[in-house]
Formats: sequence, structure tokens, C-alpha cells
Amino acid sequence: MLKQYPTLRYILQRGGWYFLTFLVAVTINFFLPRLGANNPVDIIMGKSASGLSAENARIKEESYLKEFGLVKVDKGEIVRNAEGKPVKASGLEQFANYIKMCFKGDLGTSFQKYPKKVLDVIAEAVPWTIALQLPTILFGWIIGNVLGALAAYRRGVFDRVFFPVALLISSFPFFVFGMLLVYYFAVVLNWFPAMGGYAQEIIPSFSFEFLRSAAYYYVLPFFSIFLILAGGQAIGMRSMGIYELGTDYIKYAKWLGLKESKIIAYLFRNAMLPQLTGLALSLGTMISGALITEMIFSYPGLGMAILTAIQNNDYPMIQGCTLLITISVLIANFTVDILIGFLDPRVKAGLQIGKGN
Amino acid sequence: MKILKNLLKSPMFVTGLVLFLATIILALIGPYVHTITMERVGPQYAPPAAQYLLGTDDLGRDYVSLLIRGLRSSLYVGFLAGIIATTVGTLLGIYGGFKGGWIDDLINMITNLFIVIPSFVILILISSSLKDGRSLTLIGLIIGMTTWTWSARAVRAQSAALKSKDHISLAKINGDGTLAVIVKHILPYLASYVFMVFILQVASGILSEAAISMIGLGPLDTVSLGTILNQAKNNGALGDGVWWAFIPSTVIITVIVFALYLINTSAEGAFNPRLRK
Repeated sequence: MLKQYPTLRYILQRGGWYFLTFLVAVTINFFLPRLGANNPVDIIMGKSASGLSAENARIKEESYLKEFGLVKVDKGEIVRNAEGKPVKASGLEQFANYIKMCFKGDLGTSFQKYPKKVLDVIAEAVPWTIALQLPTILFGWIIGNVLGALAAYRRGVFDRVFFPVALLISSFPFFVFGMLLVYYFAVVLNWFPAMGGYAQEIIPSFSFEFLRSAAYYYVLPFFSIFLILAGGQAIGMRSMGIYELGTDYIKYAKWLGLKESKIIAYLFRNAMLPQLTGLALSLGTMISGALITEMIFSYPGLGMAILTAIQNNDYPMIQGCTLLITISVLIANFTVDILIGFLDPRVKAGLQIGKGN
Repeated sequence: MKILKNLLKSPMFVTGLVLFLATIILALIGPYVHTITMERVGPQYAPPAAQYLLGTDDLGRDYVSLLIRGLRSSLYVGFLAGIIATTVGTLLGIYGGFKGGWIDDLINMITNLFIVIPSFVILILISSSLKDGRSLTLIGLIIGMTTWTWSARAVRAQSAALKSKDHISLAKINGDGTLAVIVKHILPYLASYVFMVFILQVASGILSEAAISMIGLGPLDTVSLGTILNQAKNNGALGDGVWWAFIPSTVIITVIVFALYLINTSAEGAFNPRLRK
């Protein structure tokens, strides 16, 4: 099937695989939070029921039960037994309901910001996260790899200074580095704001003033992720580069007397592929790390949304965020896979003889 | 032994080892040198002074005591998670890589599935659903069970490459069973590799615990370096410039992780001669 279109076949194959992973992720996302015996409605009722009359409390509880699909619902009404009590939905029914809602793009309603939809809360946060993480990861990857390739090629003094520094920076946990930057540049020196995504008194809009404020607040979170990422990538690239330098084609290129820049370009191209694979594998960690950085800076993105949700036991919100993070990691991985398919001659060759993979 | 000699010649390895041993010694003898107390010893956020060398926290507790406790917890979680992740990953990786066939396919599929689902997400989901009874040991177990995938993948690649080597075929012709071949002829080759995986898993275990505690889903039964940071953040110590609330614990975490990375990187150099000069 599709033998004459190997690239399309490869894409479809990878896509199918990621779709399967997605289904597993959705399942995990549903069942894990239900491992604990806690009924989320009991927890939220314990907090919010005080001060309500018994009747109001019952109505509220039932609306929550319905909201979370914990009871059977028929045509928008709660199914009741003979005594008028709501009929509990079984685990499997809840799961089916959850899947159905997921595919409709409905992630439920937030506890804390009731009656706001989880998806709406997330939609407000996502642009901030994308604006922070996408450029950071891309720049971090590119600059880290270029520096790593240089260190591998030059060795000598540059390498001896650069390597330990990169190693030290990359072993800083994301949150530690963020905290130190906040402390030094925001609290001690007072150069940059310590928290938030823009000045409090400005209303977000596409005005010049807002963008300038956002850019100012962008600096510290950007650097706290960027430096760690670039350091880590540089170290990986350096050892790949040193490995490639020992191979015959580089020796041959040197004997031929090719220009240094040309050799580095070859080196970079070949050492880059394992680095791309590495990027795919570490994307999950990177994105999670960057989310914690957002929490440190109280940056108004997804990380902050999760933190607030956790602090308020806002289960639908937590699950919505984790699902979204998983989906974006999957999409990012898929993109990298496709890129590798186009860049890696071995994968390409495999495609042409129709072996797939 | 030659490898060990080579390693000890590398300043990076020695630095890493010394730093790491120093943290372990601090964790082990700390309680005997310094009286650990979780009682109130001074006012809230008192700056470092003679009676509390690193100041006090928001409850007036002595930070030196908290840090020693926290360090012990972090090392414990790191080793627990590291041992689980390395053991499970190594066993599955070797078995799958060596055996091949449908078992390998199945292990591979599970590994590939869980390697792309961020373990941090799984950690959040489990921890947030366990409101009570979230202990340090449980968190270590969860971290170990979610991070074995990449040790499995790394070890599998190595053991699959070994499979077709002559000495393995020879052992098979001699009539050695799968288990004997794995224990006698494959594990020794992978030992250095497994050691490196273990070092990285310990580091990632310590980091994961700190991260999950940092966002308020840490252990409820004890103090860890992550819970100290979480408290500092919740009380606004960062913005108020109360440096003793977070600098010491961040430094300790960074030193442990840096030491482990140094050990790992220098070991990579010793095992892979090309990286040496």
C-alpha cells in the first residue's frame, strides 16, 4: 500500500503511531487521577458547601456530579432512581463520556473559576506559554549546537573554558536557575521585574505600550530557560562532534585541504541528526521544566495555570492542562520525527526501498 | 581496574566524586554533628546568627536542621528512583534486546509509548490524586516507575548490538541458556553502561522530586529540599530577598546534580576512548 509514495507512507505510519500514543495518554489522564479514593466532588463540596442550606447544597452537589460525568445523564437531565437520588455512572461509562467530551474539545468546567470552561482558561494561558517556550527551545537548540560543534572542532582553550561552564549551567535545575536569576537581577539589582508577564496597570492588547512591557517581563524567564537548554545541547553536540571528527570522511576532507568552515558544516550536518533525535526524546522534560520556570516567575502561562489548579484542588483544570501538555509534546515529537525523515539519509534510503522505518 | 585508574586520573571525575561523597557524608553524619530539631528556635525568617547558622524559616525552625533532613530525603528519593528505574530498565532492555521476537516488540512498544508521555505529567496526575498518604517513599517509587523507559531503550540498543558477537554465539553453541548468557556474557559488557545510566537516573530522580515538591505536590511526611523551596516560594521569600530561605537548598541540589553529571561525563570519556585526548 502506498508503495509509490514512501514519504507519505512514512508520515502516515508515524501519525498512526502517535495517534495510538495519544489514546493511551488520554486513558492514563482519565484513570490516574481516579486511583486515589477521593471523590473530587466531596472535596470541593467540603470546601464550598459551608454556609449553604441543605437544599442549595444538594443542588450544587448534583450540578457538580453532572458536570464531572459522575452520574448518568439522559438528554441533559440527571437520571434518578426511585428515591429521587441520582444514579451513579460506572467507571466505564464515565470513561466513555470523557472520551466523547475530549473529542468534542470539551475539557469540562473549572472548579475554582466556576462556571468558566477549562478550555477557555487554557486558551488564555497558551499564547504566553508558546511565546515563551517556542523561541527559547528553538534558539537554545540552534545556539547550543553551534557552540558545541565549535568546541568539538577547536578543542584547546575555548573548549577547556567552555565545556565546564556549559556542564555547570546545564546541571542547574530549571527552577533553581530561575530563582537565582530572580533573586539577583530582580531583587538585588532591581533591573527586571520579578514576576508576571506584563505590568499590572496595563490591559493586554496589541498596543505598543503593552508589547514593550511584555518584552521587558520576558527577559528573565527567557534567559533562565535558554541558557540551561543551550548548555545541555552544546554538551551533547560536543561529544557527537568529537566522535564524528574521528571518522574517515572528516580525515579525508582534511587531507583534501577543504576550508575549515566547510568541514565544520559537514560535521554539523552529520552530528546534528542524533541531536535531533535527542531533542525529540527530551522535549517532554524541557517543556515540563519550562512550565516550572513559569511558576517561579508567575508567568501567566500554562505552568501558572497548573500551579493555581493544584493549589485549589481544581481537578478538571489539572487534567485539562496535563492532557494539553501531553498533546503538545506528542505534536512536537511528531514534527521532529518528520524532520528526521526528511533529513536523515538513512531513513530516506529506507523509505525509498519501501521498508518504512 | 584499568578503567578505574583512568577515571581517577580525570580531574572531572575526581571533582564529581569528591562533591558527591561530600553530600553523602553530610547527610550521614550531619545529624550527629548538629542537633536536628524541628521545633521553633527563633523568630520568623531570622537572618543567620550564631545560634542558627543559616537563619530560620517561616515557622522559626532552624534551617541547618531542615537542610540536613532535606538532603537526606533527596538522596533517598534519588537512590530509590534510580535503583528502580535502572533495574527495571536494564532487565527489560537486556531481555528484549537479546531475545528479540514478540517479547522484544511488546517491550519496545511500551517503552516507545511511555517515553513520549512526559513523566512529569504522570507524576502530577498521581500526586494530585493522592491527597493524604503522599510519602517520600511513594514519590520515589512513582518516579522510578515512570523513568525506567529511557534506561530500557538505552540498554536495549547496546544489548541488541552485542547479540550477534562471536563470543555470544560460542556460548550458545556450548549450550548455555539465555539466563546464563545474559549474566555471564552480556552483563559484564554492559556494566559500565548500566553504571552511567544509574548515575543519570539518580540525578533525574532528585530533580523530579524537587520539581514535584516545588509545585506543592511533595511528600507530606517529611522535609525535602523541594518542599523547603516550595515553602520559600509560597511565603514570598524570593521577592522579599530572604536569601537564606532558598539559596542554600538550591546550591545543595545543584551541587549534587552537577557532581553526578561530572561523574557521568567523565565516565563516558573513559569508556569511549575517542573522547579522551
